[in-house]
Amino acid sequence: MQMTQNFVASLVLGFALVSATAAWASGGGTLKPSNANIADVQSLQNGAKLYFNYCSGCHSLKFMRYSRIAEDLQLSEAQVMQNLNFTGANFGELVPGSMHADDGKAWFGAAPPDLSLMARAKGVDYIYNYLKSFYLDASRPLGWNNTVFPNASMPNVLWELQGVQTAKFKPATGDHEAEFEHFEVHQAGSLSSKEFDEVARDIANFLQYASEPAVFQRTSIGIWVLLFLSVFTLLAYFLKHEYWKDVH
Amino acid sequence: MANRLSQAVTGMQEWFNDRAPSFMPFYRKHMTEYYAPKNFNIWYIFGVLSMVVLVNQIVTGIFLTMYFKPSAAEAFASVEYIMRDVDWGWLIRYMHSTGASAFFVVVYIHMFRGVMYGSYKKPRELVWLLGMLIYLVLMAEAFMGYVLPWGQMSFWGAKVIISLFGAIPYVGGALTEWIMGDYLPSDATLNRFFALHVIALPLVLLLLVVLHIFALHEVGSNNPDGVEIKKGPKGNRWSPTAPTDGIPFHPYFTVKDTFYTGCFLLVCAFILFFQPTFGGLFLEHDNFIEANRLVTPEHIKPTWYYTPFYAMLRVVPDKLLGVVTMFSAIIVLFFLPWIDRGKVKSWRYRGLGFRIALVVLGVCFVWLGKIGAGPGTDPVETIIGRILTIAYFGFFVFLWVYTAFGFEKTKPVPERVTGHD
Repeated sequence: MQMTQNFVASLVLGFALVSATAAWASGGGTLKPSNANIADVQSLQNGAKLYFNYCSGCHSLKFMRYSRIAEDLQLSEAQVMQNLNFTGANFGELVPGSMHADDGKAWFGAAPPDLSLMARAKGVDYIYNYLKSFYLDASRPLGWNNTVFPNASMPNVLWELQGVQTAKFKPATGDHEAEFEHFEVHQAGSLSSKEFDEVARDIANFLQYASEPAVFQRTSIGIWVLLFLSVFTLLAYFLKHEYWKDVH
Repeated sequence: MANRLSQAVTGMQEWFNDRAPSFMPFYRKHMTEYYAPKNFNIWYIFGVLSMVVLVNQIVTGIFLTMYFKPSAAEAFASVEYIMRDVDWGWLIRYMHSTGASAFFVVVYIHMFRGVMYGSYKKPRELVWLLGMLIYLVLMAEAFMGYVLPWGQMSFWGAKVIISLFGAIPYVGGALTEWIMGDYLPSDATLNRFFALHVIALPLVLLLLVVLHIFALHEVGSNNPDGVEIKKGPKGNRWSPTAPTDGIPFHPYFTVKDTFYTGCFLLVCAFILFFQPTFGGLFLEHDNFIEANRLVTPEHIKPTWYYTPFYAMLRVVPDKLLGVVTMFSAIIVLFFLPWIDRGKVKSWRYRGLGFRIALVVLGVCFVWLGKIGAGPGTDPVETIIGRILTIAYFGFFVFLWVYTAFGFEKTKPVPERVTGHD
C-alpha cells in the first residue's frame, strides 16, 4: 500500500515537474500566439503552397526533400512537381535555394538564411509574428523594416496580400528608446487582416513541420509506446507484489 | 525429451564449471545472491536507473556513430540527416539526447540520496569516491557530446568552457590551444572530442561503474535507516550466513527494479515523444542553428545540468576566482566523508540542524541552476547568486562544525531495519 501511494505520488509529481519546467523553459514574451496546428494537413498544404510561391525564391530548405513533403502532406508526386517545385530538381532531391549567397548579400545586405530549422531555432510564433510585422521605413535600404526583427534585410514579400502598413512609435525620451505602439494601414491588400493572419499562420505551420518532419511518426508512435509501457509497468507491479508477499 | 534437455543443460553447466570454477560463485555474489536490505525505499532505485540510462546511451550512441560525421563541415548536416532520412534515426537521436539529461537527473538524485542517508560514511567512503569520479567523467563526457552536433551553442559553449582553462596562470593560454588543437573550437576540436566521447571516456566510465559496484558489494548497501545489516543477526530463508535483514537481489530486487524502471521509462517516453526539446532545456533552440564563429548568440549558457556551477562562475567578479569557486564546488564533495564527523548515518535519526541544512543545500543547487540558465544580466539575481554560493559552501562548513564539536543531537538508531515497501 505504502509503495502504491509512493508510486502514484512520485509519478504525479514527476509529470507536474516535467510540464511545469517545460512551460517555464519555453517562456512567454510579447509574441502573439500563432495557433499553428501541426495536425491540420490543410493548413500545412496551404503553407507549403505559399512557401514555394513567396519564400522559396530566396530561401532554401536544404534538409527537406520534395518527396518527403509529398508523403507527409498527403500530396501526389505530380501535385508537388507541378505546383511546388520550380527549381527543376528531382522529386527525391533536397529543396535548393535559387539565390547565390553572394548575390543575396549584394542585393539585400545579407544572404537569405536556410529555413529548414528556423521554426526550431526561433519558434513557430516568432515566424508568425515576424511575417505580420513589416512596415514602411524610408531610412532602410529597401524601404522596409520589421518590429519583431528590427533592421531585418528582408522586404515584405507578402505586401500584395497584407497591404502596406506604417508603424506608430512613442518617441524616444532620455534613456528610453522609441517604443512601438501599433500599426496603421497605409494601403489595403487583397486579403482582409483575418485572412492574412491565416496566411502567416499556415506558412509558420509549414516551417514548423519542415523543421521536424518526424513529428507525425513521433506523436503517433508515442501513444502506443506509452500504452505499452503502462501495461508493462502494471504487470511488473503485480509481479513485484506477488514476489514480495513472503518478505516480512 | 525434457529429460534429455535437462541432462544436456546440466552437462553444459558441468563443462563450464570445470573450466571456470570461480565464475558462477562470482555471478551469484554480485548478481543473483547479493543480499540487499529489504527496507530500500524509492530513493534507492536511482542507482539502477543510472545503469539503465548508461546502457541506453551506449546502445543508441553506437547507432548514431554509424551516420554521424565528425567534421566541422559535415557534423550539423549529418545530424539532420539522422533526424530526417535515416530510418528511425530521429528515435535513436532523441533517445540519446533525452537520455543525456535523464542521466543527470537520476545521478543528482542518487547523490542527494547518498547524503540523506549517510551512504558515504564508513565503511563506504571508497564507494562515494568512485561515484564522484564517475560524476566527474560523466560531466566531461556530456560536455564533449554536446559539442558534436556543431550547433551555435555547441560551438560557443565549447569556447566559453574551454576558455576557463585560460584562467590558470602561466600555462592557461597554451593549455586552451592544446585542448582545442586550434585557436578556436574547430574541425580539430570536434574530431578529438568525438574520439574522447565515443571511446576514451566511455571506457573509463564503464571501468569506474564496475569498480563502484564491486566496492559497494564488498561492504554491502546502506539503507534508509542507516543500519548495518551485516552487523545484525545472521541467517535467513536462503542462506544461514547471509544477514537476516537482507534479501537476495534476484528475484526480489529484479522484479522491484523492473517495476520502477517501467515508471521511469514512462516519464522518459512522454518527454521523448511529446516534448523532445523539453522547451529548449534538453535540446536548446540556438543549437538548431549551425555553428558560426562570426555570430555570437545572445545568451551563451551550458546545458541545464551544469548551470548551478556556471552560475557560481558568473556571480564571482574575478575570472580566476570564479573558476576556482566553480571547481571547488565539485571538489568539496569528494571530501564529504571526512567533513561529516557524525556517527549516525540516516537523516531519519540525525539532528534537526542537518535536515534543515540539507534542504537548504538542495534549494541552493536548484536555484543556482535557474540563475545559471538565465541571461545573467539582472544585478539583483547576481547578489542572490552570491548568497546562494556562500550558502552552498556554508553547508560543508556547518556540517563539519556541527558534527566535529558535538552540536548534533541525534535520535536513537534502531537495532534492526524498520519495515519495507
